Amino acid sequence: MSAQSQTQSAGHAGHAAAPVEKRSWLLTRPTAKTGIISWLTTVDHKKIGLLYGMSALFFFLVGGFEALLIRLQLAVPNNTLISHQLYNELFTMHATTMIFLAVMPLSAAFFNYMMPLQIGARDVAFPRLNGFAFWVFLVGAIVLNIGWFVKSGAPDAGWFGYAPLTSTAYSNQFAKDMSTDLWVMGLQILGVSSVVGSLNFIVTIINMRAPGMTMMRLPVFTWMTLITAFLIILSFPAITIALVELMMDRSFGTSFFDVSNGGLPILWQHLFWIFGHPEVYILILPAMGIVSEILPTFARKPLFGYPIIVFSGATIGFLGFGVWSHHMFTTGMGTVATAAFSLLTMAIAVPTGVKMFNWIGTLWGGTLRMTTPMMFALGFLWMFMMGGFSGVMHSAAPADAQQQDSYFVVAHFHYVLIGGSVFALLAGIQYWFPLIFGRKVSEAWGKTSFWVIFAGFNITFFPMHFLGLNGMPRRTAVYDGNMGWNEANMIATIGALILGVGVAIYFCVMVYTYFKGEKTTHDEWGARTLEWTVPSTPPPEHNFDVIPTVHARDAFWYEKTHVEQTAKDKAASALAEQSHGGIHMPSQSWFPLVAAIGLLIGAIFFVNHIMIGAIAGGVVMFLGVYLWAAEGPGGYHIHLDDKNSKKH
Amino acid sequence: MSTHAAAGAIDHHHDHTTTTGIPNKKLFMWAFLASDCMFFGALISTHLIYRLHPTPNQPDILGLFSLELTSFSTFILLMSSLLMALAVNTCQKGKVGATRKMLLGTIVFGLIFLACQVYEFSHFVHAKGLTLNSSMFGSTFYTLTGTHGCHVAIGVLWLVLMYIRTFKPADGSPWILKSVIHLLVFAVVTVASIKALLGGVHAIQDHGATAEAFSTLLHHELPALIATAVGLIALVVLARPSKAVEFGEANAVDVESMGLYWHFVDIVWIVIFTVVYLLEYL
Repeated sequence: MSAQSQTQSAGHAGHAAAPVEKRSWLLTRPTAKTGIISWLTTVDHKKIGLLYGMSALFFFLVGGFEALLIRLQLAVPNNTLISHQLYNELFTMHATTMIFLAVMPLSAAFFNYMMPLQIGARDVAFPRLNGFAFWVFLVGAIVLNIGWFVKSGAPDAGWFGYAPLTSTAYSNQFAKDMSTDLWVMGLQILGVSSVVGSLNFIVTIINMRAPGMTMMRLPVFTWMTLITAFLIILSFPAITIALVELMMDRSFGTSFFDVSNGGLPILWQHLFWIFGHPEVYILILPAMGIVSEILPTFARKPLFGYPIIVFSGATIGFLGFGVWSHHMFTTGMGTVATAAFSLLTMAIAVPTGVKMFNWIGTLWGGTLRMTTPMMFALGFLWMFMMGGFSGVMHSAAPADAQQQDSYFVVAHFHYVLIGGSVFALLAGIQYWFPLIFGRKVSEAWGKTSFWVIFAGFNITFFPMHFLGLNGMPRRTAVYDGNMGWNEANMIATIGALILGVGVAIYFCVMVYTYFKGEKTTHDEWGARTLEWTVPSTPPPEHNFDVIPTVHARDAFWYEKTHVEQTAKDKAASALAEQSHGGIHMPSQSWFPLVAAIGLLIGAIFFVNHIMIGAIAGGVVMFLGVYLWAAEGPGGYHIHLDDKNSKKH
Repeated sequence: MSTHAAAGAIDHHHDHTTTTGIPNKKLFMWAFLASDCMFFGALISTHLIYRLHPTPNQPDILGLFSLELTSFSTFILLMSSLLMALAVNTCQKGKVGATRKMLLGTIVFGLIFLACQVYEFSHFVHAKGLTLNSSMFGSTFYTLTGTHGCHVAIGVLWLVLMYIRTFKPADGSPWILKSVIHLLVFAVVTVASIKALLGGVHAIQDHGATAEAFSTLLHHELPALIATAVGLIALVVLARPSKAVEFGEANAVDVESMGLYWHFVDIVWIVIFTVVYLLEYL
C-alpha cells in the first residue's frame, strides 16, 4: 500500500491535498489486511458478515447438540439418561441458542455480507458500529452460555422466561439463582447488538443505494432486510423493558411480577410476546428474502409479482405486531380479546399465502435447474407451507386451547423454523458460497446433504403432530410407557439422529469445498442481482471497481443485455469517483472491540453482584466509546490506477 | 448543510452523497428514537396498568408530590431544549464560540433537572418513605422516572463530549490527554455542584431563606462548594483554545442529531409529567 492511498486523516475523508496529521499513538488506526488483527479490528461488512456466519454456525451446532440430548432422553419412556434439572437447562438453552445465537445471526451474516453488495454500496453507513454490533453479539452469546461452565448452571426457565418461573421465589427452588440472571443479562446484551445492527441497516438501505436503485428496484432480500430491521428496532424495546423489570424484581426487591404484592405475571407475557411474536417474523422474513432470490435465478424467470411480494412482506411485518396474544389464548383474556387476536392471526395467513402463490408463479413455466440451493429452496416452500397450515389451526382459539403446550405446537414451530428459516439459510449458504469463497459445492454432495437433512427433519417432526394430538405435553423430561407415545417418540429420536448426520455431512462438504472445491467464475448461477457484479470472487475490499448505475429491477440482468449502456455509465461513474480522490474506504478501528470487552467484564461482574467489577467494566466501555469518538470516522482512498493499491 | 466549504470533518463518502439527501446520522437518530418510543411506551404502559389496578400499600400519592418543584424542573428542561436549538443554529452559522456557550447552557440546565430529580428521589425516600419496593407505585414510579433520568444523564454526558470536541485543534496537535482531564474536571464539577445544590435546598427547607441557612450550607457543604469553584475555574482555563479548532459548520449535523435526542427526551418528559404527576390531580 502506498503512502498516498493510505493517507490517514482523522475526520478527513478529504481530498488529496489534506495535510497529514500528527496523531496520538492511542488513535493510530490499524491497517493490517490479513491475520488476526485484521479480523479483530475489521470494519469491512463482508468480514463482519463472515464473523457472524462462523459464530452462528458454531452455535447452530451447539444448539443441535442440545436438541439431540433432549431427543435421546425422550427416546424411551421413563428414561434416566439426564436429570430433570439438566433437561430444563437443555430445552431453555436449545431454544435461546437456536433463535438468538444461530438463526438471527446467520440472517445477520447475510444482511451484512449481501445487502450492501445488493444495493451497490461500498460499506454500511456506520462501519465501526457494525463491528461493535458483532462483538456485542459475541459478548451476549458468551454470557448466555457461561452457565454451562460454572456451578450455578445454565438458564433453565424456558426461552419465554415466564414469571413467576423466573422470580427469585421459584428460582431458588427450581432454577439455580444465577442462571436466570445470566439469561436476563445475555438477552439484554443481544438486544443491544440487534438494535444497533438494525439501525445501521435501515440507514444503509435508505441512504446508500447506488444511483438509480429506487426502493421498488431493491432486491427482495434487501427489502426483507429492511422490514426485519424495522421489526427488530420496534419489538426489542418491549422485551428490554420486561427484562429490566424482571432484573429489578430479582436484584432490587421490586414486585412487578409478584402476585402477593399486586404484581401481574400476565404483564410479563404481554411484554414478552409483543416482542416474541414479531421475533417469529424476524426469523422468517430474511428466509423469505433468500428464497425470493434463489427461485427466479434457477427458474430463469423474473420473480412473479415483485411489488406484491414486497408489500405482503411489509404487511406481515405490520400485522406481526397485532397478534401477540395468540400465544396467550389459554390465559383467560376474555372473549373479545381472544376473538380479535384469533381473527388478526388468521389474517396473517393472507400475505403469507400470497407470497407462496407468487413463488409458485415464479416456478410456473420456468426452465427449472435443480441445483443444491434450488433443492433447499423448494424444501423451504413445501415445509414452510406445512408449518403455515398448522399455524392457521392454532389461530383458532378453541383449537388452540386443546393444542396449547402440546407436541403439536412443537411440530408446528419446528416446521416453520427449521423447514422454513433454517432450510432457506442453508439454501442461501449454498447459493452464495461461490461468491463468498470463489468455490462451488459439489452438486452430488450438496444434494446428498439436502436429502439426508430433509428426510431426518420430517422423520423427527412429522410424528410430533400425532404425539401432540394424543396429548403429549411439551417440556417434560419423562413420560409413562403406557400413554401410547412410545413408537412415535422412538421414530422422532431416530429422525433426529438422521438429521444430525445430514447436518454433519453439510458441514463437512462446506469445509472440504472451502479448501479443495472447484473454483468458479464470478457469475456462477447466471443471477440477476448486483452482488454478482463484483470484479472477483471473493469480492475485493472495495466491492465494486465502479459503483454501478441501476436501470431496472433485475439490475444485473439488465447489464447483461445492455452492455453498451452499462459501459457508458461505468465510465461516467469512474470519472466522478476520481474527482473525489479515488475510492473512499473506512479505516479499521480497535475501539468497537474495546467497548464490547468492557461490556463483557461489566456484565459478568454485575451478574455476580460484584459492583466494583461492574463499574470497572463500565469504565473500560466508556473509554472505548470515548476514544472511538475521538479518533473520528477516518478513512483512506484506493486508486485503481495505482499499481500498489490494486493488490487488495 | 454546507458541504465543501470546510473540508475539515466532512465524510464525503458517508454524508453528502446519500440517496435521500438526509445525512446518515440524522436518519440513524430518527430510527433510534422510533425504537425509544416503544421503550418508553412499554414503561409508561406498565405504570398505567399498575396505577389502574389496585395494589397493596398504595401510598397517598397527592401528598407525595411537590408540584412546584416538578413544574420548575419541567420548565428548566423545556428551556434547555431552546438552548439546544440555539446551539444547532449557531453551529450551522459557524459561530463556534456561541455554540459552546449554548452547549454549556444546555448542560447546566440538564444538570439542574437532574439535581431536582436527585432531590425529589431522596426526599421521597427519606421524608415520605416511598422506596423502590415499598409499593407497586414506588416500583413503577422510580423505574419510569429513573429511566428518563438516565436518558437525561446520557444526554448530558454526550453534550459534554461534544463541548470538549469543539476545542479539538485543527492542526491535529495532541489533545486527548487534555480532553480527558477536561472530562474529569467536568465530572467533579457535576457531582460537587449537585451535592452543594442539594445541601442548599435542605438548608433552606430547615431554616428558610435566612443567614442561618447560609451558614449551615457553608458548614456542611464547604468541600463541595470549594470543589465546584475550583472546578469551574479549571474549566475556564482548560477551555481557552490556543489554536484554530477543527469544529465548525460541518459538525452542525452532529450537533443536530444530538439535539434530536435531547428534544425527544424532553418530549418524553412532558408525557411522563402528564401521566405520572398531572393525571393524579384529575
